[in-house]
Amino acid sequence: MAVIYIDNKPYEVKEGQSLLNACLSLGFSVPYFCWHPELHSVGACRQCAVKQFRNESDTRGFIIMSCMTPVEDGLCISIDDPEARQFRASIIEMLMLNHPHDCPVCDEGGECHLQDMTVMTGHVRRRTRFPKRTYRNQDLGPFLNHEMNRCIQCYRCLRFYRDYAGGRDFNVFGIHQRLYFGRYEDGKLESEFSGNLVEVCPTGVFTDKTFMKHFTRKWDLQTAPSICVHCSVGCNTIVGERYGTVRRILNRFNREVNGYFLCDRGRFGYEFVNSELRIRRPLVRDARTAEAQPANKAAALKRVAQILRKTPGLIGIGSPRASLESNYALRKLVGPDRFFAGVSGAEQRLITAILDSMRKPSVLSPSLQEVERADAVLLLGEDVPNTAPRLALALRQSVRVRPMTLADQLCVPRWMDHAVRLVVHDARGPLYIATPYRTRLDSLATKTLRGAPDDIARLGFAVAHELSTDSPAVAGLSEEAQSLAHEIAQALQGASCPLVMSGTGCGSMAVVQAADAVARSLRKTGRPAMLSFIVPECNSLGLGILGGGSLEDAVERILKGDAHNLIILQSNLFRRLDRETVEEVFEKIEHVVVLDHVANRCVERADVVLPSATFAESDGTFVNNEGRGQRFFQVMVPQGDVQASWRWIRDIADALDKGELAPWTSLDDLIADMAASVQRLKEVVRIAPAADFRMTGMRIARESHRYSGRTAVTAYVSVHEPKPPQDDDSPLAFSMEGFQGHVPPAVIPRFWSPGWNSIQAVNKFQSEVGGPLAGGDPGIRLIEPMENVEKGQEGAIVPEPFRPRTDACLLVPLFHVFGSEELSMLSPAIAEAAPEPYVGLSPEDADRLGLRDGNTVAVRWDETELTLPAKIMDDLPGGLAGLPHGLPGLSGFVLPRWGKIRAK
Amino acid sequence: MLTDLMKRELLAEIDRTETRQAACIEALQIVQRHLGWISNETLREIADFLNMTPDELEGVATFYNHIHRKPVGRHVILVCDSVVCWIEGVEEILEHIRATLHIEPGETTSDGLFTLLPVQCLGACDNAPALMIDEELFTNLTPARFDEIVAAYRDGKS
Repeated sequence: MAVIYIDNKPYEVKEGQSLLNACLSLGFSVPYFCWHPELHSVGACRQCAVKQFRNESDTRGFIIMSCMTPVEDGLCISIDDPEARQFRASIIEMLMLNHPHDCPVCDEGGECHLQDMTVMTGHVRRRTRFPKRTYRNQDLGPFLNHEMNRCIQCYRCLRFYRDYAGGRDFNVFGIHQRLYFGRYEDGKLESEFSGNLVEVCPTGVFTDKTFMKHFTRKWDLQTAPSICVHCSVGCNTIVGERYGTVRRILNRFNREVNGYFLCDRGRFGYEFVNSELRIRRPLVRDARTAEAQPANKAAALKRVAQILRKTPGLIGIGSPRASLESNYALRKLVGPDRFFAGVSGAEQRLITAILDSMRKPSVLSPSLQEVERADAVLLLGEDVPNTAPRLALALRQSVRVRPMTLADQLCVPRWMDHAVRLVVHDARGPLYIATPYRTRLDSLATKTLRGAPDDIARLGFAVAHELSTDSPAVAGLSEEAQSLAHEIAQALQGASCPLVMSGTGCGSMAVVQAADAVARSLRKTGRPAMLSFIVPECNSLGLGILGGGSLEDAVERILKGDAHNLIILQSNLFRRLDRETVEEVFEKIEHVVVLDHVANRCVERADVVLPSATFAESDGTFVNNEGRGQRFFQVMVPQGDVQASWRWIRDIADALDKGELAPWTSLDDLIADMAASVQRLKEVVRIAPAADFRMTGMRIARESHRYSGRTAVTAYVSVHEPKPPQDDDSPLAFSMEGFQGHVPPAVIPRFWSPGWNSIQAVNKFQSEVGGPLAGGDPGIRLIEPMENVEKGQEGAIVPEPFRPRTDACLLVPLFHVFGSEELSMLSPAIAEAAPEPYVGLSPEDADRLGLRDGNTVAVRWDETELTLPAKIMDDLPGGLAGLPHGLPGLSGFVLPRWGKIRAK
Repeated sequence: MLTDLMKRELLAEIDRTETRQAACIEALQIVQRHLGWISNETLREIADFLNMTPDELEGVATFYNHIHRKPVGRHVILVCDSVVCWIEGVEEILEHIRATLHIEPGETTSDGLFTLLPVQCLGACDNAPALMIDEELFTNLTPARFDEIVAAYRDGKS
């Protein structure tokens, strides 16, 4: 610790950090632009000037840039010094020479860092009378709007996009007063992190194009803390609502999970909530073939009760995209032995193996923040940039951990970003990637291996054997693979925080077991090994904890005639099982009740459809890939009869006179019940404050102080102001009346602080700038290694090498960040960014079949035949073919599997 | 189109640098020497050749005033407009150029022979005003002297 003097008062601060960081952490308002807590200091904008004094007798002092000055004991500075103040105001004046005065019509207005800083420095009067420079803007695709006239040349966009996120299709052009930040030519920004420019840019150069289509000022948005539903990472988000529609998603800082950044699927995937395809009223069909009729809530529930009473044998199918609470409610209603996880047997076996692995002793499942700190990484089988993009961004930072020591040796502080990047240059720490096809992280990799899932697993086992002979040897390994395994083992062993990452992406148990084997063997060498798995959906692990049979088990029960009625919770079975099987189920089953958000093929076939609430309209808990339980909160009262799935299930229980099964009136009742009956979920109650939590006697306001039109919004219906909707499930209120100050981190509805209207206000909510949220980062790790668990996977079997066949290809899934996930594809911006369906062929197989790029081919197995254009992928090993996961027409089967391919 | 000759010259330059990208400034100069300017198509080709994206190379190309991203005449006249040349009467020279060549700074004569560009200091302040045509420096300029110089280029001096 060091003592520094700011305007003659002593403060104790951490030594070595930047002075700006220290000042902001102490609560001083020092303006800045180019500095960003995650992108650090470059000293470009000159805005954070303060005055430094040499010693006590120095009365004149000299101007320094606080972001470029390391904190040292005895440092004596003044923020208030008139000369320093004037300097800061003159910088703003200079930026304002060219910045448009269009705040009232600018999309950033009201949450603009430049506005805040202008007010902070006190610059008010324009003295120059010359014209402002103007630019032509670019079309950057469906996500971002570009307005270059607003640019203040802080370089943050470039430093994020190029330096932090590795994007190569964006740059700065020109020189001195004519700089241009953009692309070489119009076109969609290729990086899946482009949306962060909305928050990184301190003005309105980059704004959210989807938000512009239904624009609302920050102060007019009703906001609530939420969790992203579009992959298993569980990034924390802030959802903004107005007039009953979701308007945008912003990042919600959580040091342990997403930090400052989201991926574009998470940021722009929300529009499915507003989709035309949403189900808002219950639907009832008298006969399977009849047209569905809208019904009111009571009639629909009566019909459900009628159906379920008539015939016994009810089973329930849960969902990895539904909350723990809704899944638990269904499990309670139908009974644990009649509850089925809504995933294929293959997927469920993988999830079970992953959960077992996570509970085994000594090896930790790292948080995203810990992934960033890993100094050697082995990636087995998972296309992380497409299946868990935010984790890929963390891996991108991890390769800098090792070379960062070069900066330490030169005594360059790690936050001195430009200097550090010069020192580190292209040096990278060890990252080994073994996947069936090329990933966007490959350019950072030390070495890569392309292979079939079995070959990837064999490499993993070989590494494990290199590390510890307790792990089985791999017979018949090529010399090349053997030496690669040796190299990887050396790298992992030489690291202080080695990480093994894998997941369900290959659909291969051998790959998961191999990853587990590497981490265990590494642990035996005395290294603190981390093992991270990526799973398919936002609550895959939560559902895994609740257990239940697989979809195939459910089908078996139905076809055996053991189940007559079926409740499907938030799951489109046509995406998860092959069409014939689902058709068979619908043939055989007597009645089907579906709870879901949007129309899909299951909804079209159901006897009764109950409209269930999305993440934006309900509260609940998801368990992310780390094993962290996180609560999401309702941002708005849904239209129509939409309600949380668990409430529908409770209503069904009531309608069946089985209210004792579901005695819950609020979410807390349900959570308490779940925590009491599922041992592994007993901590869930601690994730967020309960509904009766109050701040100085008040609920937490979802609306800001300045929320406008409260009395006018419904004036076309009634001139009387309606009573705000009740919220029985959370301590938040659907109102501007309520507590507006600092609240426990799990229930922060927005980042906003006096003088800090932009997202930069997050500084004021952290224990120190860039550090954890004051009060601790939200979420509770539910799955920890347990010392007394029997190690189960010692008997893992090393697979035989992959042998290509001449009559068929092994079809593996290809993932697309935009396209592979179900709900986000209902959002127009995401759908626009998704590729057309295709089949990926290796050059060898294409040659063998006489196929060229774009030729139409038939892919066949069992009864299924798909007709698709061929895409030659030079990175795909011979014998493999790829099918893009989840694209329209490309779901409803489990991969990998063999398929025959021929020209059509 | 990059010709084989250009590619050989580029490769010679690449040999001297640690990475292909590091040769990008030289590469732009080499190609400009052959083609006079860098078109969008040429920029893409050079970028490909250096394993760069066009966005990356364009950042470099637009940073340097003397990499021409628009077509220029056969000869480029760089007139120094910095302070010493200004004191020594560069404005008169510029006025003369406007009157005789009928072009403003940034423009090319209709016969495609000359492009006029302003430049910040040619390092010839002791003999100001100064200008440079292609790679040749001319000092102590007067309108008459300018006419002589231009006549020589018109007569085929290259």
